[in-house]
Amino acid sequence: MSLEQQNRRAEGDPLLSVDSVDVTFEVADGTIRALRDVSLDVRSGETVGIAGESGSGKSTLALAIVRYLDANGRVDAGSITFDGTDLLSASRGQLRSIRGNRIAHVAQNPATALNPSMRVGAQVREAIELHQDPESTAAADERVYEVLDQVNLPDPEGIARRYPHELSGGQQQRALLAVGLSCNPDLLILDEPTTGLDVTTQAKFLDLVEDLKAEYDAGILLITHNLGVIAQIADRVNILYAGEMLETGPVEDVFTEPANPYTQALLATTPEIATNKDVKPIPGRIPELDRIPDGCIFADRCAFATEECRSGDVGMAAVAEDRAHESRCLHWEEVVANPVVAGERERVERTRGEAIMTVSDLRKYYDEGTFVQNLLGDHEPVRAVDGVSLTIHESEAVGLVGESGCGKSTLGRTLLKLHAVTDGRIEYDGRDIHDLSKQELNEFHSECQIIFQDPEASLNPSKTVRAIVERPLKLFGDRGPEARDDRVVELLDQVNLGADIVDKRPQELSGGQQQRVGIARAFAADPSLIVLDEPVSSLDVSVQASILNLLEDLCTEYGTSYLLISHDLSVIEALCDRVAVMYLGEIIETGATDRIFDPPYHPYTRALLSSIPSLDPHDDRDRIRLDGDVPDARDPPTGCSFHTRCPQKIGEVCETEDPPLDDVGDGHAVSCHLDEAEMSDPLDADITGS
Amino acid sequence: MNYLYLLKRVAIAGLSVFVVSSVVFGVTTLLPGSAANIVLGTEATEEAVQQVNEDLGLDRPVYVQYLDFVGGVFTGDFGESLISGQPVAEILWPRLLRTLQLAVVAMLISMVVAIPLGIVAAAFRDRAPDFLITSGSYVGLSIPSFVSATLLLLFLTTPPLALFPKGGYVPPREGLVEWFHHLLLPALAMNTVILAYVLRQTRSSMVETLESDYIRTARLKGVAERNVLFKHALRNGLLPTITVLALNFGWMMGSVVIIEQIFAYPGMGEMIVQAIENRDLPLIQAGILVPTIAFITANFAADVIYTMLDPRINLGEE
Repeated sequence: MSLEQQNRRAEGDPLLSVDSVDVTFEVADGTIRALRDVSLDVRSGETVGIAGESGSGKSTLALAIVRYLDANGRVDAGSITFDGTDLLSASRGQLRSIRGNRIAHVAQNPATALNPSMRVGAQVREAIELHQDPESTAAADERVYEVLDQVNLPDPEGIARRYPHELSGGQQQRALLAVGLSCNPDLLILDEPTTGLDVTTQAKFLDLVEDLKAEYDAGILLITHNLGVIAQIADRVNILYAGEMLETGPVEDVFTEPANPYTQALLATTPEIATNKDVKPIPGRIPELDRIPDGCIFADRCAFATEECRSGDVGMAAVAEDRAHESRCLHWEEVVANPVVAGERERVERTRGEAIMTVSDLRKYYDEGTFVQNLLGDHEPVRAVDGVSLTIHESEAVGLVGESGCGKSTLGRTLLKLHAVTDGRIEYDGRDIHDLSKQELNEFHSECQIIFQDPEASLNPSKTVRAIVERPLKLFGDRGPEARDDRVVELLDQVNLGADIVDKRPQELSGGQQQRVGIARAFAADPSLIVLDEPVSSLDVSVQASILNLLEDLCTEYGTSYLLISHDLSVIEALCDRVAVMYLGEIIETGATDRIFDPPYHPYTRALLSSIPSLDPHDDRDRIRLDGDVPDARDPPTGCSFHTRCPQKIGEVCETEDPPLDDVGDGHAVSCHLDEAEMSDPLDADITGS
Repeated sequence: MNYLYLLKRVAIAGLSVFVVSSVVFGVTTLLPGSAANIVLGTEATEEAVQQVNEDLGLDRPVYVQYLDFVGGVFTGDFGESLISGQPVAEILWPRLLRTLQLAVVAMLISMVVAIPLGIVAAAFRDRAPDFLITSGSYVGLSIPSFVSATLLLLFLTTPPLALFPKGGYVPPREGLVEWFHHLLLPALAMNTVILAYVLRQTRSSMVETLESDYIRTARLKGVAERNVLFKHALRNGLLPTITVLALNFGWMMGSVVIIEQIFAYPGMGEMIVQAIENRDLPLIQAGILVPTIAFITANFAADVIYTMLDPRINLGEE
């Protein structure tokens, strides 16, 4: 608060310095030690990543830096210094002049982080007027448009007048970034900036951050659970686990030669496309932070742990001599010498059987309008699914991939008769499901199950696990009470859950356990087809791997067919025999999984594949970026629906003629006017568009 | 503003009025006893009864009477009182206006008092001011309006504290101060429950708003707490309160019957009680319909205000 604290930092001193910080939260039944002995530095012009699973304390750290912990939380020890100012003792006034002005915090989930009743421009301008003292309204407006333009929002003046709900998710994220950038901050904190965005949108956002870093010379603190994002844009990385920093160092060193067992396990559990990597789950789960075990926090899940790991304090050991790379591990040398690595995947060859579900020219429109609206001809329905044909065979896993809003979830639900069909046929076991009697429909519902994205929301919170898993057995089976009990235990055992959880309720379980209960429930009906709607996208990457392995085993054991819906190509690759790529309600490419990941590519599939950030920090191949957003499904483009964004558009033919889904060999079909040679360029070919 | 959305709301409001007037017509037509007997007494001659039926149009087929009645509702014509022969509208309007004055004053009091108190409670959540306001509102919630009316009457109109007149009504042209002096006590009596209710609604929706992500964004932008509250939170936090106010306006029109009786206030409520005692059918019909229409109108107004405050509602259909 005094003037001495305001003195400018010497050249080369870090912009932000977090030193041995402890954060605790007082809760009803004790104290949660959310962060312990956390240190990190951020310099100007540097991007520092913080990676870790949920519950590691990443966001808590970010909020501690801007002094925005919940009322029951406080920083117990350590110091946080920003440009010579001690943030922990800063007054309210000082904080107000730093927040938004010199430190910008860009929150996750832009849909809720923007004020719904204020225009986007006003939200950007507010920060400018607070901190920049613009000469006139016009000057402030000028700056608003400038920032909106810098974050690549089209038509800045138009966007400024809009409300947040009138923007797409990617645009909202960029608008929020514009709020952060508006006062030229020295430090930019990005908290999970791309979570919830499609890969194509994420790729563009990361490009943008890279460009802006060059322009603003700001320090960036990037928080994410996605290691690929860190590998692509961070200079240094800090691996956080259960509130402790386990490894820190330059991205190249940490990713190529990780010196901590947790970092290695995290890398081994992260799927990578087209590598045949067999993702390796991390055993055990993150400890509860109200009782911190003595010794190394990761010891219980660590393959290298010895007796000495379980007592005393484990400090940071220097891996590089200048301490640029450090690891909190007693055995780091041994760990570097014998790293935990993911094995090669062995594809289980499943023999696929007869077709069990055949979909032909299926259409599902929403909001079809009233009779009068249609009579006047001014109403277009939302064409969520627009002419899809698909066959699912016995014991086959079919993947359905596409950006959000492409209609993949609607398709999955329509197949199970959860939505009414607008047009087209769905045949199950040779019969149109439209014609089923009540009795047959009941059978159909028992044979075709669904697993949802959010396991917590899909389990009844007032029922016990036993009741949840037993329900389908009662509904569809004819077992007696004791036989049902035995079956419940057996099913739970198959999804690797102990019989001790049968009397628990969903909120007492972790996310991974909840999803296992969801899977057990689906299998209880002894189904022949399961629709999996984003089954792992709300789970941590270490849990994701074990759920995918489980699904794979169950598929082989029961011969059940899957329709796996996901926006994540690596999840699809891990599990599926065949893949269909959807865009704007249509399937634009389909074929065996390995064929999809190899040329020839549909230009859209190529863009999807090339947008996935690689775990290799040295990978700086040219990436394909799609222009604009997915068009409105009420008014899809004429001809090929992808032509408005296609980097390989030929010309008029794309705008006028809808290309058929043509076979290019071995059941691999692509819907594109390009000839096979043009689609066969390798993924990293320089495609600039015509 | 989305005009199609407004048009839809107007249509729905119109339909509601139509349905309610049909129900009221049905119920009152089915009531035992004939209108002629009410007018003439039970000893009337056959010819006299016929004459009255002709005068009142009761000899026409039921559907014609029905259309005539519903048409009348939409044009504000409710027929004539069976007792005094005066047009119902003439009896009704002055009384309706008086009741509306009472309701509007009551409403204003609850807005002016409850909303700021709710905001203060939310801003000082879990601290002394919040504690005080919230527990006070519990007391308010648990006192029915006829109890608070009686208590107010007992303590504030009789010596030693004869601060207010015991009842009655003074038109505003005879002095605004006098007018307000007579209105304040019944308005306060009507208010205790509503005030507490609006206060609690305001507090809880403001608390929820203040915990939202965009409030964090605003604070981390460096916005001062006062502006966080008034610029960012208020507009979003008050939306549910508007609905509550509108719903309560209808509720007030109902509770007014008791309050007007206690304070001898010559409004609608008093009129309805008399009309029922006299079995004055057209007056009863109007007395039921008019508060209902007021209720529908209040909700329509709430919808319109909502669209003005929350830009997302412009999407309409979703």
